[in-house]
Amino acid sequence: MELHTVWFVLIAVLWTGYFFLEGFDFGVGILTGVLARDRAEKRVLINTIGPVWDGNEVWLLSAGGATFAAFPDWYATLFSGFYLPLLVILVALIVRGVAFEYRAKRPGEGWQRAWERAIFWASVVPAVLWGVAFANIVHGVRINAHGDYTGGLGGLLGPYALLGGVVTLTLFTFHGAVFVALKTVGDIRVRARRLAGFAGVVAAVAAIAFLLWTQAGTGNGRSLVALVVAVAGLGGALMANARGREGWAFALSGTAIAASVAMLFLALFPEVMPSSLNADWSLTVSNAASSPYTLKIMTWCAGIATPLVLLYQSWTYWVFRKRIGTQHIADTGH
Amino acid sequence: MALAPETLARWQFGITTVYHFLFVPLTISLAALTAGLETAWVRTGNEKYLRATKFWGKLFLINIAMGVVTGIVQEFQFGMNWSDYSRFVGDVFGAPLAFEALIAFFFESTFIGLWIFGWDKLPKRLHLATIWMVALGTVLSAYFILAANSWMQHPVGYHINKSTGRAELTDFLAVLTQNTALAQAFHTLAASFLTGGAFMVGIAAYHLARRKHIRVMRTSLRLGLVTVVIAGLLTAVSGDALGKVMFKQQPMKMASAEALWDGQQPAPFSVFAYGDVEKGHNSVAIEVPGLLSFLADDSFHSYVPGINDVNKAEQQRFGPGDYRPNIPVAFWGFRWMIGFGMASFALGAVGLWLTRKRFLLPQWLRTGEDEVPHLVLFRSPLGSRLTAWYWRAAVWTLAFPLIANSWGWIFTETGRQPWAVYGVLQTRQAVSPGVSQGEVLLSMGVFTVLYAILAVIEVRLLATYVKAGPPELTDADLHPPTRIGGDHDDADHDPDRPMAFSY
Ligand code: HDD
Ligand code: HEM
Ligand code: HEM
Repeated sequence: MELHTVWFVLIAVLWTGYFFLEGFDFGVGILTGVLARDRAEKRVLINTIGPVWDGNEVWLLSAGGATFAAFPDWYATLFSGFYLPLLVILVALIVRGVAFEYRAKRPGEGWQRAWERAIFWASVVPAVLWGVAFANIVHGVRINAHGDYTGGLGGLLGPYALLGGVVTLTLFTFHGAVFVALKTVGDIRVRARRLAGFAGVVAAVAAIAFLLWTQAGTGNGRSLVALVVAVAGLGGALMANARGREGWAFALSGTAIAASVAMLFLALFPEVMPSSLNADWSLTVSNAASSPYTLKIMTWCAGIATPLVLLYQSWTYWVFRKRIGTQHIADTGH
Repeated sequence: MALAPETLARWQFGITTVYHFLFVPLTISLAALTAGLETAWVRTGNEKYLRATKFWGKLFLINIAMGVVTGIVQEFQFGMNWSDYSRFVGDVFGAPLAFEALIAFFFESTFIGLWIFGWDKLPKRLHLATIWMVALGTVLSAYFILAANSWMQHPVGYHINKSTGRAELTDFLAVLTQNTALAQAFHTLAASFLTGGAFMVGIAAYHLARRKHIRVMRTSLRLGLVTVVIAGLLTAVSGDALGKVMFKQQPMKMASAEALWDGQQPAPFSVFAYGDVEKGHNSVAIEVPGLLSFLADDSFHSYVPGINDVNKAEQQRFGPGDYRPNIPVAFWGFRWMIGFGMASFALGAVGLWLTRKRFLLPQWLRTGEDEVPHLVLFRSPLGSRLTAWYWRAAVWTLAFPLIANSWGWIFTETGRQPWAVYGVLQTRQAVSPGVSQGEVLLSMGVFTVLYAILAVIEVRLLATYVKAGPPELTDADLHPPTRIGGDHDDADHDPDRPMAFSY
């Protein structure tokens, strides 16, 4: 395999890691608005991801940094082109991070409620926009000869892109609910499982429609395999959830997310940002890539760092393996 | 008035980056200082260290939260506002950035979670290790990003690919270890510790002046003062080294920093200057003869070229144009950096002398663990009025190094103009061609307003926790678990016990 293909795969891996991990913590953020009955339950939800959300978010920063280093043109076109949606995502991520850290640092009712609202909306908004962004990448947008996006905001909001947004929103909600069922005890666990059943069906319908649409557009044999795995993952996750096999449900909802991301990347390859104006202007793994020397260094770095990251991040999950419920939350959490 | 296309983008970058860098130096230093305090707790079992760890650790967490979220913007804004820059330099510049994320950010963010939530989940020593990991992560991240910035100041280890017209990396090690990067990292890290030290001294002084939390604050004062003095000295030494590197690599910046219009031998250091940029000379200047020659080249007699000379030389090398940065900003930025930072250093040095312990202090002036130390100038303590002034001065100047840091960066970055990458790519060629002025204006407005709101929230929160002082220790604090994941599986532990920390 050529190095730029390796890097295409590695970037797909980083995005997969991001959507798998932050996928459930966006989902948990969304559930604070729809599942929790009172403040204590909200806090249980937030604390299921308390020790890990920051580490999860770094998968995004790594995907961004790695794209910059391995495919500078992709980085430049993507982030200057999707300027406004990215701005909104950044604002949401800023507010969300601060909300987690500061919410419990003051007792006031108004203070806490404001941050709780912030957590909900700052989870919903990026969950939708990442789907919109990825749908646009795969679909192709108006990129000119210089590599700049020229389609305006409207060019990013076609039906396919909006469906993409619905898919990520519902899929993350499902994944989050399954995660909550796995990490909590008591009443909230039961309700999370119930909600997962419902969210999972909606997510499955949306995701299957979207993936089939993608397959019909730019699909190929390999993307079809990923599609089948994604659908099987969704079905399996729903079944496991219905039977109360929470660990399995989570592994399978994660598999569905990973396979969906893989499917998109496989449908994209060998392009990285197709141009809908002129196929010659598309960015591809070869014309957007860095020099072989840079890619080689980056390969060494990623080859050593990524397994280590997986190791110590998994260890974190193991340290915090204990389920939590309202009884574990001290009244004065500071 | 027509704006150059890059003007707004520059303002936006300046605002967001300077803001990010308000939190970074405190994060770097407080992580290590907190780790030091926790180490003292683990090694001595003295409770005051644990209380100090919890107190400074809390302030550290409030601060790092802002550093982290503002850092997210940094990661993407090269692509957003500087897409042609990203295309041109990504091959070189992207690598340290990606290293930073893959190595440093993962480290920091994962271990910080373990530290925050791990008090009742990790055995003592393991818990201690996590904060050291965080501290290591902050230093690594600073190093990688500074190597990237140094490459913009002094590009090395690359060549321009003729067919694509882009910079390509040829020697990564050179990028990581060139003297600009080493000097910058040394200087920035030293300045960071000066910042954290002054912060600690100011807050300790606040409580000692009120005779509260004396045991913890005495220790903190001492730690802060020692940090200020050592870091202050290192900042000056490394700043001097950095100045010499800069003089060789960017003579224009050195000349601008001194408002030295025409070359001189020996060249004076200017304490104050008021000049006419159009005509290219100063109308008023107060100078120390020979000092600039020394700063630039280690000799009081060397020739230092002036702004007009360098401008001519660059016009010959790079073609017609104006190669002068904003000279008043460079001149005053340099002075404010040194002035504000060294004021903190001076206050710290005075404080360290005034609070000296055994060393040269008569028996009757020595104080116990629970007493506010006397401030002793020679052989008798300062009067209550002067003592109160010292504490007050320490509180008021607690943020001086932050101001110094900001001006240091403004000087460094604006002094490089009109270049984005010195001698290779001009800022006006770096901006995103596909992004409209309206979009940049919108995002600049959004970030500025959001950051301003967050600044108010964060400062209030810090103030609340500062005033509250160190927390009382609980039974759980004093009896950390012996097993990873916590002792809850044991028969004699209540499985429903609340977590030691929850959001
Ligand atoms: C507490 C903060 C602080 C203090 C007291 C000083 N500096 Fe500094 N200085 C910085 C904080 C800083 C900084 C913000 O960290 C900078 C910006 C870029 C860098 O590497 O460090 C900087 C940059 C910077 C540069 C520009 C480097 C370049 O453009 O490449 C020079 C020449 C100096 N410093 C020299 C000094 C000298 C001679 C000092 C005398 C004591 C000094 N600094 C004190
Ligand atoms: C954290 C400390 C830093 C501060 C406070 C800072 C500040 C600034 C300021 C004020 C500007 C605007 C200069 C002008 O055009 O007038 C600027 C520009 C810029 N800086 Fe920095 N900077 C910092 C670090 C960095 C680092 C570490 C990098 C690289 C990794 C960097 C890259 C840039 C770029 C790309 C621009 C825009 C192009 C230019 O104007 O040259 N900066 N920065
Ligand atoms: C001299 C300049 C800089 C230094 C020393 C520095 C250092 C740091 C440090 C120590 C952190 C940890 C959290 C905190 O800030 O409190 C951090 C966070 C961050 N910085 Fe900077 N930074 C600098 C400028 C930049 C620039 C120019 C970028 C853009 C690429 C950047 C990207 C980030 C990101 C993405 C984070 C969040 C990391 C996380 O989630 O843990 N920083 N930076």
